[in-house]
Amino acid sequence: MKRLVIGAVFAALTAGTAFAADTVRMGTEGAYPPYNFVNDAGEIDGFERDVGDKLCEIAKLECTWVKNDWDSIIPNLVSGNYDTIIAGMSITEERDQVIDFTEEYFPADPSSYVGLSSSSDDAITGVVAAQTATIQAAYVATSGATVVEFKTPDETIAAVRSGEADAVLADDAFLKKFVEESGGELKFLGPKVAIGGGIGLGIRESDGELRAKLNVAIQTMKSDGSLNALIAKWFDGRDGGY
Amino acid sequence: MMSFCGDPASLAGYQWWLCYLTNNNHFSLYSSFLTVMALLALTAPLAMILGFAGALARRSGIFPLNLFGQIYTSLARSVPEIIFFLFVPIAMDQAFEYIRHKIKCPEVTDPVYQGNDFVVCAAAKLPLSTSDAWVHSTYGFLLAALGFAIVFGAHAANTIHGALNAVPKNQLETAASYGMSRRQSFWRIHLPQMWGYALPGLSNLWMILIKATPLLFLLGVEDMVYWAGQISGTKTAAYYDYPHGDWRLGYFAALLVFYLLMTRVSEIVFGRLSAHFATGQATLGGGSTQGLQA
Repeated sequence: MKRLVIGAVFAALTAGTAFAADTVRMGTEGAYPPYNFVNDAGEIDGFERDVGDKLCEIAKLECTWVKNDWDSIIPNLVSGNYDTIIAGMSITEERDQVIDFTEEYFPADPSSYVGLSSSSDDAITGVVAAQTATIQAAYVATSGATVVEFKTPDETIAAVRSGEADAVLADDAFLKKFVEESGGELKFLGPKVAIGGGIGLGIRESDGELRAKLNVAIQTMKSDGSLNALIAKWFDGRDGGY
Repeated sequence: MMSFCGDPASLAGYQWWLCYLTNNNHFSLYSSFLTVMALLALTAPLAMILGFAGALARRSGIFPLNLFGQIYTSLARSVPEIIFFLFVPIAMDQAFEYIRHKIKCPEVTDPVYQGNDFVVCAAAKLPLSTSDAWVHSTYGFLLAALGFAIVFGAHAANTIHGALNAVPKNQLETAASYGMSRRQSFWRIHLPQMWGYALPGLSNLWMILIKATPLLFLLGVEDMVYWAGQISGTKTAAYYDYPHGDWRLGYFAALLVFYLLMTRVSEIVFGRLSAHFATGQATLGGGSTQGLQA
C-alpha cells in the first residue's frame, strides 16, 4: 500500500512534461440560458459558447470548456482550476477587487422582476428570489424587500411557482423565455431596474497577458460585426450596438 | 440513441420518453451512479485503514503517536464537513502543485501567491491544462475520496477506540492467565470481540457516508443529486430539444427510492455481520439470541 501511494505521488509529480503553453480553460456555469447552458447533447451551449470559441479562434488559443457552480466560480478561478470566467458576469467594483475583467462583450442589460400572473406590482417589495452572489441579490437586499437566495437560477423561478417567493429578480433575457412559455402562469412585474455594468470575461489579476489577448480579440469581434451578429442570434434579434 | 430520435420535436408518447431518457445528460445521470459506487468502494476500506491506525495510535503508549491520534480524531471530527471539503482537497491540490512548481520550473522566480492568485507555471499544473476532461474528473474524484477517507477515518477511529475499550477486562485477563502474550490475546480475543461493539457505530458511519456524496460537487465531481437537479429543472423550448416543466419532484422521488434501497441492503448486510460477530459472545445481542443465558 505504502509503495503504491509513493508510486502514485511520484507519478503525479513527474507526469506529463510535454504541454502546449496556450491551452486556456474557460469556466462557465452552464445553467443560465441564453448566456450559457448544457444542451441535450450534454455540451456547453449558448451565446457565451459561441463568443468564447470565436475569441479563442481569433486569439489563436486552444480552449477547453469547464463547468463550475456559480457560487464558487471566483475562488476556483483564482486558485487556478481554469483561466477565464465566461458566465454572464457583470463587471462590478466589488468583483474587480478580487479578479480582473476584460472589456465588455455584452452591454449592460436591465434586470426584471417576474411573478405569478395573479400578483400585483407590490410583489416586488415582498419576498424576492435571486441567485446567490449576483448583482440582483445585492440589489434586492438594499431595495427594502426580503431576499431569498438560491444556488441555481432555475431554483429562483421554481420558488415563485411554488409560492415560496413573491417575485424573482434576474437578467431580463434569462427570464424572457420562461415567461413566454409559461402559458400565462408568469408575467413581468413593475419597471425594469438598471443594475450593474456590461458583461466581461473574468481573468486572474496576475494574468495580464491573457487579458490583453482577449481584449484584442473582443475589439476585433466588435469592429467586424461578428459580436453584434451573435447577440442578434441569441437575443431575439437584439442590436448589440457595437 | 434510437434511430427515430433525430427530430425530437416531432416525437410523441413512448418514443419521446425513450429518446428523452437516453439523451447524453441522462447517460451522465446513470453513469454518476457508478461514480458514487466507486467512491464508496474506495473510501470505505481507506477510512477503515485510517480508523484502525487512528485508534491504535490513541491506544499507543508512545507519546508523539498518541498525541497524533488525539489530534487527528478530534480535529477531523470537529470541523464541519462542508468547510473540510472546501479546505483540505484544495490545500492538498495546491501543495502538490507547489512541489511540482519547485521541481519543474526552478527558473521561475515570481512568487506563487500573488495577492488572491495562486500561480504555478503551466508545467506544474495538476492535471495539466491540456489534459482531457476525464483526467480532470479522475483527479477530482481521487482528491474527494482522500478527503472523505480522512474525515470518516477519524469517526471510525473513535468508534473502534471505544469498542476496544468496551471489551470486558476479564476476557483479556482470562486470556493472560491461559498464557497468551499481549499480541496473541489482541488478535485472538480482543479484536474479534471488538467488532460486536464497533458495528452499530460503523453502520451509522456507512449510512452517513452514503448520504454525504452530494458534497462531491464541491470538488467538481458530478454525482446523482447534481445531475438530477440539472436535468429536472424547467427547460424552455427555445433552447432545449426536450422541453419540460419543473420535474424535480419526480427525479428526486427516484433518488429517494435509490437511497432507501441502499439503506435496506446495508441494513441486511450489517445485520448478518453483527449476527456473525456476536456468535458465542455474552454481549447484549449475542447472549440473548444465542441461548447463552441458561
